[in-house]
Amino acid sequence: MANLADPVSRPRRKTDRTDFIQKIAIAIAVILVVSAVFAPVITPFGPLDQSLLSRLRPPLGFERYLSGHLAGTDELGRDVLSRSLHGLRLTLALAFAGALIGLLIGGTLGLIAGLRGGWVEDAIMSLVDMQIAIPFTLIALLILSLLGSSLTVLVVVLGIAGWEQYARIVRAEVRRLSSLPFIEAAWTAGAGPFYAAWRHVLPNLVSPLVVQFTLALSNIVILESTLSFLGLGVQPPQPSLGSMVGLGRDYMPTAPWIVLTPAALIVALTFSVQILGDWLRDRADVRLHDR
Amino acid sequence: MIPYLTRVVVKSAITLFAIATLTFIATRLSGNPIDTFLGEGLTTEGRLELIRYFQLDGTLWQQYLAFLRGALSGEFGLSFVDRRPVTEVVGDRLWASGQLLLASVGLTVVLSIPLGIIAALYRKSWIGSAVMMVAFAGYAVPSFILAIIMILIFSYWLNWLPVVGNGSFLHFIMPTIAMSGVLIAALTRFTRNAMLDVLGQDFIRTARAKGLREARVVLRHGFSNAGVTVISVIGLQVAGLAAAGSVVVESIFSWPGIGQLLVNAALIRDYPVLQFGVIVVAVAVVIINAITDMSYALVDPRIRLARN
Repeated sequence: MANLADPVSRPRRKTDRTDFIQKIAIAIAVILVVSAVFAPVITPFGPLDQSLLSRLRPPLGFERYLSGHLAGTDELGRDVLSRSLHGLRLTLALAFAGALIGLLIGGTLGLIAGLRGGWVEDAIMSLVDMQIAIPFTLIALLILSLLGSSLTVLVVVLGIAGWEQYARIVRAEVRRLSSLPFIEAAWTAGAGPFYAAWRHVLPNLVSPLVVQFTLALSNIVILESTLSFLGLGVQPPQPSLGSMVGLGRDYMPTAPWIVLTPAALIVALTFSVQILGDWLRDRADVRLHDR
Repeated sequence: MIPYLTRVVVKSAITLFAIATLTFIATRLSGNPIDTFLGEGLTTEGRLELIRYFQLDGTLWQQYLAFLRGALSGEFGLSFVDRRPVTEVVGDRLWASGQLLLASVGLTVVLSIPLGIIAALYRKSWIGSAVMMVAFAGYAVPSFILAIIMILIFSYWLNWLPVVGNGSFLHFIMPTIAMSGVLIAALTRFTRNAMLDVLGQDFIRTARAKGLREARVVLRHGFSNAGVTVISVIGLQVAGLAAAGSVVVESIFSWPGIGQLLVNAALIRDYPVLQFGVIVVAVAVVIINAITDMSYALVDPRIRLARN
């Protein structure tokens, strides 16, 4: 807990070096998001455009480079950069949708658990425990294998992936807040549970939820690309970063660029988003400030 | 102590029952598994025979009871592909997965604990930042990308390491590293934070004040106390992460373990194998968690007494 005697404005504790890293991370994240959003406009080739005459051409700067295909072409003559950016677009869209679904499910259940208490809380929290007990990759394997891997199923799976984290955070915060004077004052003044939740509890949840949302984004990107890599996520020919790595594996000895471009994009994405998430958490979490 | 143990056991049993039920419901949710698996081109008699063969006749409720009875006596049905009991199919692969798991956890413990302690001791210098950067990278790089990059460098370019199989010591190097990446990141972070918590406490200052050598202060007084938290993390987090990681890593390196089996079963929709595999992994994780809970209580009297 923060000591009341602590000064309100703390001295700067981060060095310039970490600030620099965060700025780079923000810049990379912005570039990635912008190029994903405008992928159909800025890419010179369609993600599915094949050209069998220009198969397996290497990227710029190598022998046999075919002008226009900056990152080379794959085994069907499709432009690797165009496909990667479209894949990035799909990966980001899935990640946002998944993180949002998780936020809605987990946030609502956590709020209910925290406000109602009793057996409702016990039931919800034992669901949380159960989800923690089983590695989620296995649940995802089971669901995707049973229901087939359409985009709808995939979004739902990615949504279920992180709900328990939100639920834990929201419940803990609600429990903490409920005992604070201003909430008690609201109860005493006759506020109903919905009014109190909306007006007094939710505003205080914004910053921990923003942090969790950011970290969940990066986890979901990893989960989605892993599933697509294994052939259980986004199905070909639709490009996704994970499936491009998975399918390009066969050509790795002779044409590693097919794998390296999407792999680099995945790592750039998860890195920058996690640095952002850590930075937001450091800012939001007072308890960590002394470390 | 006894009531606490009982509670852990009961809780684990309930979790396992719920997991078994959920996997049963999930595998029956999408209609008759035979239809999705075999598809068209069967005579009506052949279809009925197969349904009887795989014991998929009867109402859902009867099937569920049969499934529970089978589960209690150790029978989980036949694999659609192998026509062998799934317990055998999975059992054949247990040891390969276990080897990889042990190697990864071993590497993780050997690397992470010293790294975590170093990061805690030198947290203000560049050494601490460097260690934390490496741990951070472990979180951000998915294991399949780590594996692919290693294969590219060490197998295709340098021709040093084999890609497929588990025949020799060389075969272990890349899968073990690919699986340990996330684990090392997680455990290094936890060790560092646990050490920081302990090193900030009064008894550490006392130990220093009475003139003990720094190594003794850090290891005997510091790590012995932080170790309890670290052990619990190895049990709770590492077990789950390793189970998830083995699915990916085993299928990349064609490691003949449970993870690869499950991915293949998912791809070709061999539901009995998938169902039993999920149950086995869940049982393993739940048991490891329960053992962790118990050993945690054994080591730390505060928990044992507080929860009683």
